[in-house]
Amino acid sequence: MINLHAVRKVFQTKDGEVKAVDTVDLNIKQGEIYGIIGYSGAGKSTLIRILNMLERPTSGTVTIGGKNMSELSSKQLREARQEISMIFQHFNLLWSRTVRENIAFPLEIAGYPKDKIKKRVDELIDLVGLEGRGGSYPSQLSGGQKQRVGIARALANNPEVLLCDEATSALDPKTTDSILDLLVEINQKLGLTIVLITHEMHVIRKICHRVAVMEKGKVVEEGDVLNVFKNPKEPITKDFVKQVTEPEETVDTIKQFIEEFPEGRIVQLTFVGGRAGQPLITELIRNFKVDVNILQGKITQTQNGPYGTLFIQIKGSDAALSNAMEFLNSVQVEVEVIHNA
Amino acid sequence: MLSSWFPNVQWDVVLEATKETLYMSAISVIVTFILGLALGLALYLTAPGNLWENKFLNSIIAIIVNVFRSIPFIILIILLIPFTRFLVGSMLGAEAALPALIVGAAPFYARMVEIALREINKGVIEAAKSMGATNTQIIFKVLIPESTPALVSGITVTAIALVSYTAMAGVVGAGGLGNLAYMEGYQRDNADVTLVSTVLILLIVFVIQWIGDRFTTALDKR
Repeated sequence: MINLHAVRKVFQTKDGEVKAVDTVDLNIKQGEIYGIIGYSGAGKSTLIRILNMLERPTSGTVTIGGKNMSELSSKQLREARQEISMIFQHFNLLWSRTVRENIAFPLEIAGYPKDKIKKRVDELIDLVGLEGRGGSYPSQLSGGQKQRVGIARALANNPEVLLCDEATSALDPKTTDSILDLLVEINQKLGLTIVLITHEMHVIRKICHRVAVMEKGKVVEEGDVLNVFKNPKEPITKDFVKQVTEPEETVDTIKQFIEEFPEGRIVQLTFVGGRAGQPLITELIRNFKVDVNILQGKITQTQNGPYGTLFIQIKGSDAALSNAMEFLNSVQVEVEVIHNA
Repeated sequence: MLSSWFPNVQWDVVLEATKETLYMSAISVIVTFILGLALGLALYLTAPGNLWENKFLNSIIAIIVNVFRSIPFIILIILLIPFTRFLVGSMLGAEAALPALIVGAAPFYARMVEIALREINKGVIEAAKSMGATNTQIIFKVLIPESTPALVSGITVTAIALVSYTAMAGVVGAGGLGNLAYMEGYQRDNADVTLVSTVLILLIVFVIQWIGDRFTTALDKR
């Protein structure tokens, strides 16, 4: 659906050239939710703007739905942009227009007749859950409601692609989740391809199928969200993964475990995919003569399945312990013995 | 009673002068609004980073605006005499004041329009572009509506300046309340005529300010 080949964007500044985007190749499939994560200044904002040509790439090609975006005439580009809509961190609504009029805006641009606009706006207001707020002005809405208007406006022309520019970064955690749920809902309902940029791993974890990690203009790591979580290669990716899987105090906590629970073994289990739902601990206690003490754990859900870590202490005879370890190694769980008394 | 307090005031002459002042102000405000809006838009759009970025055009317009905005109005009237003669055919009467009024006020308003447009959040323009809007659509559906309260408060200030310009134009033969205050009041030593003219001009200014404030508040949904 979306192909980027050797895309570069260089800005000329007083201090010389700045490579905002440096030779990026990406392949985004139809109907997937693709996340691009990076700290501020990594070039992700520029990259997402290159997709709809709000920024022209210095070199490289961008193909969306078979169209080479940089070769389109300005009229063709305007038409293509109606298929590739965008939502923004600060919503960018027209404050002089009501909710209804804001949602109608892209339809006016596309030249819809009045009666069709009315019907479409009604549908969209229902879709994003803004019933009864149609006559309000943006200044009378909360951040979450404003972003719902932004989403409704972006969906008005039945686009193929939705670009999300830090769409939840200005929202509180609870509102963020409700907006993310809405994005998943429209992705499933409308089969829309979603490309989003963010600096929050939480967003990637919760809704993305695939992720690319950006640093200094380059994509340094890319793949299925679950694989990247399971096996982060680059230091920056490990940092991001830690944001959601480990509470910050984990290192300290483990030290404390070893002091507090000197007997038996302290084991870190890493669940990836389907296994997290299965009663592993129950099996362990029933089948082996061991005591199991759960010390700490966190399981998070991703779009491709659960992911998480669990710290347990296992006590028992040496034979029972080695049997138990053998069992753990045989199931699809990664086992790491942290401490062996 | 009125005739005992204001012995020298001829009320039918006052009424006529008020009409002339209102006529000069109204026409010049309308034309200034249109011209100033066009000039202000041109200034904004040709500025670096905007839709019609063009350094050359931008500096030309900026120079014209700055020059005409800086010439004192009384001198501008004199400078424009040949132009006015050509356009109106005479230097007397309310019509003859219009060219100077408009040429003096339009650049002033253009600057205010430019400031109003610059206040618009760039993100909103980017959003419109991302939806495939043409430049014309961005101008008429985004730039003008989003800056309306500032455009209205700007034209209110300009209209008030224009009322005082009409008084100055009156002194050099354009009629109206300024002419009345000067010729009938000052020159003939009729203080009551000057007083009545002043009060009427003040009234006009207050009414303009009140209407402008009302509109600005009603239009501002931020």
